[in-house]
Amino acid sequence: MIDDGSALRSDRLMAPVARRVVGGLAVVTLVALVVVGLFVAPPDALQGDAQRLMYLHVPAAWLAYLAFGVTAVCSALYLWGRTRSLVWDRIAGASAELGVVFTGLTLLLGSLWGRPIWGVWWAWDARLVTTAVLFFLYLGYLALRRIPAALDVRAKRCGVAALIAFVDVPIVHFSVTWWRTLHQEATVFNPDLDVQIEGTMALALWLGVLSFTLLYVYLLDLRYRLEVLDEDRDERDLEAAIAERAHGAVPSAGTVGVGS
Amino acid sequence: MSLLREAALIAGKDLRIEARARVVGQQVVPFGLIVLLLFAFALDPDRGVLTRVAPGLFWVTVLLAVLLGVSRAFALEADNGARDALRMSGLDGSSIFLGKAGALAVELLAFEALLTLGVVVLFDVRLASLPPLILASAAATVGLAAAGTLYGVLAAGIRARETLVPMLLLPVVAPVLLGATRAWEASIDGVPGDAWPWVGLLVIFATLFVGIGMLAFGPLLEES
Amino acid sequence: MSLVVRLRSAVCLLGRFPALAGVDLDVAAGETVLLSGGNGAGKTTLLRLLAGLIPLERGEGTVLGVDLGADRRSHRRRIGLVGPETGCYDDLTVRENLEFASRAAGVGADAVDESMAAFDLGRLADVRHGRLSTGQRRRLALAAALARRPELFLLDEPHAGLDAPARSQLDRVLRETAADGRAVLIASHELDLVRPVADREVVLVNGQAAGVLPEGSPQAPAASQPSQPSQPTETPETPGIPEPPGRST
Repeated sequence: MIDDGSALRSDRLMAPVARRVVGGLAVVTLVALVVVGLFVAPPDALQGDAQRLMYLHVPAAWLAYLAFGVTAVCSALYLWGRTRSLVWDRIAGASAELGVVFTGLTLLLGSLWGRPIWGVWWAWDARLVTTAVLFFLYLGYLALRRIPAALDVRAKRCGVAALIAFVDVPIVHFSVTWWRTLHQEATVFNPDLDVQIEGTMALALWLGVLSFTLLYVYLLDLRYRLEVLDEDRDERDLEAAIAERAHGAVPSAGTVGVGS
Repeated sequence: MSLLREAALIAGKDLRIEARARVVGQQVVPFGLIVLLLFAFALDPDRGVLTRVAPGLFWVTVLLAVLLGVSRAFALEADNGARDALRMSGLDGSSIFLGKAGALAVELLAFEALLTLGVVVLFDVRLASLPPLILASAAATVGLAAAGTLYGVLAAGIRARETLVPMLLLPVVAPVLLGATRAWEASIDGVPGDAWPWVGLLVIFATLFVGIGMLAFGPLLEES
Repeated sequence: MSLVVRLRSAVCLLGRFPALAGVDLDVAAGETVLLSGGNGAGKTTLLRLLAGLIPLERGEGTVLGVDLGADRRSHRRRIGLVGPETGCYDDLTVRENLEFASRAAGVGADAVDESMAAFDLGRLADVRHGRLSTGQRRRLALAAALARRPELFLLDEPHAGLDAPARSQLDRVLRETAADGRAVLIASHELDLVRPVADREVVLVNGQAAGVLPEGSPQAPAASQPSQPSQPTETPETPGIPEPPGRST
């Protein structure tokens, strides 16, 4: 089904004006984050300036989980017969792309932070391992999305894969946490502890969360729009092909309708 | 026809084909034993390293065998247009899933039995308490077979399936590797009490994926 | 006269290519219909649509009382589809393949013996599919469809690769089927072989149907659009889109 006739079909998630406003706000809050995070907030008593990476790391991690949550909800909405609409599939795909980018960013920033603080690039901390598995789960999902197929075939296939990944995440998290705890090696480092300590540090974290969320919404809309344009081009090609099939090869058959 | 009778029809068909073609016996089992040998080359066999890491090596080898088994199970249906015939057969998607996953689980259990022998002989592993070990292996195998069959049909119509299935399946079954390895370690160390929680986790995983598979297999089989 | 097949303006896609571009077709119970038309006219796609293997993109379709737009699975058990491939497993014997087909369709075991007898497969009963010749495989494919005791046969080039005895066996099966009140659709280029057993011929041209009344037939053509007796035209089989002159984009 190219167009399932659903009322939910729309060319864009929000009006162009709204997108520009969200984009503008994202830029403003990102600038504010840079100022507060780099200059206003004091260096951490124990971790020094390396702790400032948390102002990016924590929002990126939050966003990764938000994005994958959106993918899961939209996949379920697509697979559920009554709400089936390609709108959900497009949002799911766009959100998963952003989720993978921000998960990768989370791992990268965490690693950069871990080197000076923990002394290692990588630790077998439960949260780290879970995030890494999450990254690969959705990388696989994106690989599946890139396989050429009819839109509804792809949507169904990817919807199932997204839901499997979503169901799997708690099991992965639970088993990994359990594993590390049993071995008495669970790290005591908790990057969020700092939130309580200093007001400007908390402000920087919240600015990070806000600016990244705005950026997510902006990029999601942009990616959605791109997907719609792709589909529209395919749809135009199809209409031309049907007309050509019915009329083109037999010149005298020009009056036969094709039920369009 | 009932769900289980249909499933038995499919499983019987797959197992009979496997018994004739002997791909598992003549290729997958030797493959597993070669992997055990390679592990011995890669790790030091003299200092007891192999004995300590044997459960992990065992289950990594089983995961590799799952990939081969899934590929084989769906290659059968790709030949001679059998996939269309299966869709036309009128069999329910849930029962086809149960049949194919069941046949794969039986093949994997046979593989695991022989591989256990290899681990005991080559890696000097002593299996102290068998009940949790057997139950953990059974639950892990059902979970792996169910997840493998689900991704097998998901990728069945895709040309790049040989590379896509490992990429999709391996992260998903990471908890199975973890749980089965820990349960084996506890069983080998003779502390079955530590193994039972992992058996529970493996049972939850297996139940979940059998459930998802029964729901999703039919619709996915349609999308070739 | 109850209709087994009813299509109205049916459109079907193969990938992005509209293999059927608005087909109207009626087939009654007990009727044998020949589907003719050049390569790429849409014959195979039409059979696969009726079998429920590909979705109805636009238009209406009912097969064996089931609306294809809403459900293209529940009627499959009652259909015997013979395509270019046998749908059998190389490592199973002829008998095992037939047993699997009939059991899956929920038909009694005697159907296997009947279908083996109908296509003279008795001597080959214990030979694996992988060792059969092309013609033997064609007979097995036909027998596998028959072993399901279907209400509607969909046969794609059934005569291809069959020797003279096998062709007469097929003709006998087709006549018996029609006498039972079951419907048969035969897509074929072997017009001389199929016309004697067919009640009616439908010509597919560029993914659209035109009914043709065979000489001496007692029945009026049920297919609509008889105003289209166009010549069957060769069109590309691959879903490529040829560039017509003066295409605007």
